[in-house]
Amino acid sequence: MSEIVRPDSEHLAPENPDAPGLPAHRLRRTDVDPIATKRAERQVANLFLVAIIATVGFVVAFVAFPSPHKYITIIPGVLQDISASNFFLGMTLAISLLAIGVGAIHWAKKLMSDVEIVELRHPSASSAQDRAEFQEVFETGVASSGIKEYKLIRRTLIGAMLVLPIPALLLFRDLGPLPRKKLSTTAIHKGVRLVVDGTQAPLRPSDIPIGALVNVVPENLQAIEEAAGTLDERGKDALMIIRMRPDQIIAQQGANWDVEGILCFSKVCTHAGCPLGLYEQQTHHMLCPCHQSTFDLSDAGRVIFGPAARSLPQLAITTNADGYLVAAQGFTQPVGPSFWERS
Amino acid sequence: MRRSRLATPLLLLVALMAVGVIYAALGGSGRASADSATSTSTVETGRQLFIDGCSTCHGVNAQGTSFGPSLIGVGAAAVDFQVGTGRMPLAQPGPQAQRRPVQYTDQEIAAMAAYVATLGPGPAIPTQQDLDISNVSDAQIALGGKLFRTNCASCHNFVGAGGALSRGRYAPSLTHTSLQHMWEAMVTGPENMPVFANTTLTPDDKRAIMAYIVRMQNAPNPGGFALGHVGPVPEGVVIWVVGLGLLAGVAVWIGAKVS
Repeated sequence: MSEIVRPDSEHLAPENPDAPGLPAHRLRRTDVDPIATKRAERQVANLFLVAIIATVGFVVAFVAFPSPHKYITIIPGVLQDISASNFFLGMTLAISLLAIGVGAIHWAKKLMSDVEIVELRHPSASSAQDRAEFQEVFETGVASSGIKEYKLIRRTLIGAMLVLPIPALLLFRDLGPLPRKKLSTTAIHKGVRLVVDGTQAPLRPSDIPIGALVNVVPENLQAIEEAAGTLDERGKDALMIIRMRPDQIIAQQGANWDVEGILCFSKVCTHAGCPLGLYEQQTHHMLCPCHQSTFDLSDAGRVIFGPAARSLPQLAITTNADGYLVAAQGFTQPVGPSFWERS
Repeated sequence: MRRSRLATPLLLLVALMAVGVIYAALGGSGRASADSATSTSTVETGRQLFIDGCSTCHGVNAQGTSFGPSLIGVGAAAVDFQVGTGRMPLAQPGPQAQRRPVQYTDQEIAAMAAYVATLGPGPAIPTQQDLDISNVSDAQIALGGKLFRTNCASCHNFVGAGGALSRGRYAPSLTHTSLQHMWEAMVTGPENMPVFANTTLTPDDKRAIMAYIVRMQNAPNPGGFALGHVGPVPEGVVIWVVGLGLLAGVAVWIGAKVS
C-alpha cells in the first residue's frame, strides 16, 4: 500500500527550487456558491433523465420499426432514403450513451471533490528477501533436475530444440510456388488477335479512327481466365490501342511496330501496376490514376511525369491474312512494375 | 457647387444605360433576323452563322487557324455536342472549354451542324433509335457497366462523377449529361477525350453504357450525403476532420479546468 499525502503536508514543500510543488488549490464556483451547486446538480440529473428517455425511445423505435427496410427522409439531400430502424435505434442509443457520459463528466468536474491528491511512488524492485528466496528456489530446481549431470539428456534436448524450426521452414515454403518466369512473360505471342475487352470483337485498322482509344486483350485471354478461374493473367495481358496520324509519332520502341499510326501499349503502369486509362488524345498523354505517372505514347511511351521509372512497354502489332490486328511478337520486356529478378 | 459635382457621374450613368439599352435592342433584332432567315437553305444559314460566330478561330472555310482546329470531317455530331453544351463559342482561352449556357437556338445549331457536315464525312447526330435505351435489359446494363469501367471510368469515375486530368484539364461529370451528348462525345472525342467509334464500341454497346450511366444517375442514395460519389477520399476527409475534430473537442472539454 502506498502512502497518500495531502498537498499541504511537508512532502511537497521541499527546499529544492526546481520542484516548487503544486500550485495553490483554487475553489470552484460550485464549491462556494450553493446556487451554482444546485444548478450543476440539476444539470447532471437532467442529462441522466435524457439518457432514460432516449433508452425508452430505443425500445419504442425497436417496436415501431420491425423491418430495417422502411426508408425515410429526415433532411432532403443530406439525410434521405435511410432505414428508419437504423436511424432511430442508432440515434436513441447514441443519445443515451452520450448523455450518461456527459453527465458523469459534468458531475466529476463540477461537484466531485477536485482537491489534488499526491501518491508517492514506491521502489519497483522486489524486496531483498524475495530475491534471495527466488534464487534459492531456482538453484534447488537446477540441482534436483540433474541437468548438469545427465550430459546425454542435455545434449539431446539442445538437439531437439535446434531441429524444431525445420517444420516452420517447410510451412513457409508452402506459402506458394516461386513466381519463376511468370512475371516476365505474358500470354501474348505472335499472331494472336487483339480483341475489344468486354465484347471480344476483333479489330481491323479501318475500325479505329484517329484519336481513338480501344481497351483490348489478346483473344486467348478469355480461355486462360476460364481455365485458371482467376483474373491473374489479365493483370499482365491488358492492352490499349490508340491511333494518331503517323506523322505525329515521334518515336517507337521498335521500327514499324505500328500499323498506319495504330499503336499498342501495355495497360499496366510500370510504377505500381495500376491499370492506365486516362488518355488525352490531343497531347497523347496517358495518365495513371494511382500516382499520376504520365507517359507520352507518341514518344515510345516515355515517362514525362510522376514516379514511374521505365517507359510503358509497347507491343509490336501487324495485321493477319484476314486483315485483323494481331501481335507481331510477344512483349520484348516484362510488363508492369519492377521486381527483384527483373533484368 | 454641390450639384455640379454630382452631375458628371450621373450623366455618365445615364449615358451608359442608354448605350446598354440601345445595344440590347439592336442585338436582339440582329438575332431575330438570323432566326427568320427561312428564304435561304439550312446549310447556307449554317454557313452564315459559322462565318459570323466561329470563323475567327476556325477559319472562314473551317480549315482551322492557330486559334482553333479545322472542322473538316468532324461531323455534325461534333457541332451539336460543342455548341449544344455551350462549350462553343469558347468563353475564354484555357486548358479546356467550359460548359456554359447555350448561345444558339436549336435551329441555329442544326443549321451549323448541317453546314459542317457538308465539309467532309464525319459522325452524324444520333437518331431517336440510336438513343432508345428503353429496351436495354438488365444483363446489357451489367455489360454496359463493365464497358464503362473498362473504357470510361478511369477519367469519368466509376459512377460518372468526373475527375481531374493533367494541367487543368478534367473529365466532366456525367450526372446531368443527356443521352444525345453522351453518344456524340463517344463518337467525336471532344478535345482530349479519345474517340470511341461505332466500330470499336458498337451502337448496342453504347446504348448499354448509356443505360448504365442513366442507372447511375437515378441510383438511390441510401443515407444521403453522397459526398460527390467519389469514393473513400472525401469520406476520409469528413471522418478525419469532423469525426476526429469532435473527439478532440470532447477531450479538451474533459481535461479543461473548471472555474
